[in-house]
Amino acid sequence: MIEIKNLSKHFDSASRVDALQNVNLTVEDGDICGIIGMSGAGKSTLLRCISMLETPTEGSIEIDGKDIFSLKGRELLELRRQMGVVFQGYNLLMQRTIYKNIAFPLELVKTPKQELEKRVGELLELVGLSDKAQMYPAQLSGGQRQRVAIARALASNPKVLLCDEPTSALDPLTTRSILKLLQQINRTLGVTILIITHEIGVVRSICNRVAVIEAGSIAEQGKTEQVFANPQSQAAKQLLDTAF
Amino acid sequence: MIENLDMLLNGTLETLYMSLTSVVFAYLLGLPLGVLVVSTAPHGIHPSRRLHTILGWIIDIGRSIPFIILIVDLFPLTRAIVGKIIGPTAAVVPLVVAATPFVARMVETSLEEVDQGVVEAARTMGATGWEIICKVLLPESVPSLLRGMSITTITLIGYSAMAGAIGSGGLGDIAIRYGMHRYDGAMMNITLVLIIVIVAVIQLGFNRTAARVDRRLR
Repeated sequence: MIEIKNLSKHFDSASRVDALQNVNLTVEDGDICGIIGMSGAGKSTLLRCISMLETPTEGSIEIDGKDIFSLKGRELLELRRQMGVVFQGYNLLMQRTIYKNIAFPLELVKTPKQELEKRVGELLELVGLSDKAQMYPAQLSGGQRQRVAIARALASNPKVLLCDEPTSALDPLTTRSILKLLQQINRTLGVTILIITHEIGVVRSICNRVAVIEAGSIAEQGKTEQVFANPQSQAAKQLLDTAF
Repeated sequence: MIENLDMLLNGTLETLYMSLTSVVFAYLLGLPLGVLVVSTAPHGIHPSRRLHTILGWIIDIGRSIPFIILIVDLFPLTRAIVGKIIGPTAAVVPLVVAATPFVARMVETSLEEVDQGVVEAARTMGATGWEIICKVLLPESVPSLLRGMSITTITLIGYSAMAGAIGSGGLGDIAIRYGMHRYDGAMMNITLVLIIVIVAVIQLGFNRTAARVDRRLR
């Protein structure tokens, strides 16, 4: 379970930017939760806080009751292994083969060779890229690269998968296949998934819960069908309106 | 004529010896220095404004000193290390001192080119700073590092010719002695052609290697 409490994040650049203001959000185990908002609403900052790439100015994030920003050393590493992150730009190592990319997180924790080979083999099969193991990212299409990124994020058997606009750079057909893969991962492996997106279709097709974010705050949250059937906030109404 | 051929061959070998030896030592010192500069940068793996600024100063000062003056300035150091101040081995000392800050900046530029997103991805997987350097930054920038190395090598060939002015040996030395002091234009031009050939071969070699190892191009 991920519990975000009173989370705020300010950036002190030329002028103060309030990227997140008093965000409260709970994601239950097994959920596929969509966080939807327009560009600049603060959704990526929220995900960057959960993945510990940013430190919030105020508030806390607890995963299974543990405050993630209080962890150090081994515990922090252990927590990182429980979270996989998938990025919009894939962020693969361009000079490593697909096999080696997926093996990367396993190398970091010094996984024995045999176990590593077995695990990478399983992951390649899961994302349907067994025949591409010895190719390089530049030789793959966008959708295939995102599959590699998903396999890499799953390598350490995480409980949570954080996806930052995972399909925003992909065409509709590829988007659907990636979403199907995420849904399959959620159902068969029981991985909790948090998806940041600006596409209403992504939320509609796989998210059982949704949070609408606007100007750094959660405008509305709840079960997807409820929010979609009866949007309360201006932001949610706007997002649903633009879909048609 | 045979005498001259012998001298030119010897000069070529001395030029290669001076520049290649200097490249090796300059990278032994400049590569870690460049990595340190990148790591201590404000958005680096281990930000340290103080160290970053100090290193920047040292590098910039090193790069500001005209090479011919650096050679003279370093006579005491050269004598202490090599035992003499003329000849190709003695020239290696100022060449390394001149090239190290240059290499550090080259390495810095190459490592800065690595996509920040990839570094962040590694960080979310729990990679330590050291692992990010060894498993992400350096391997990902190998093609760029090789291109930087070709620029360094060719610059050092130019510098080694300059060292000829104070008797380092090598093709530059021959060009200065025959061309400048004896007005032997033919001899000077032959050395010039030899240097051009060396530079062309080195450039080609590095370009081919960089293209072959770069996995982004396929």
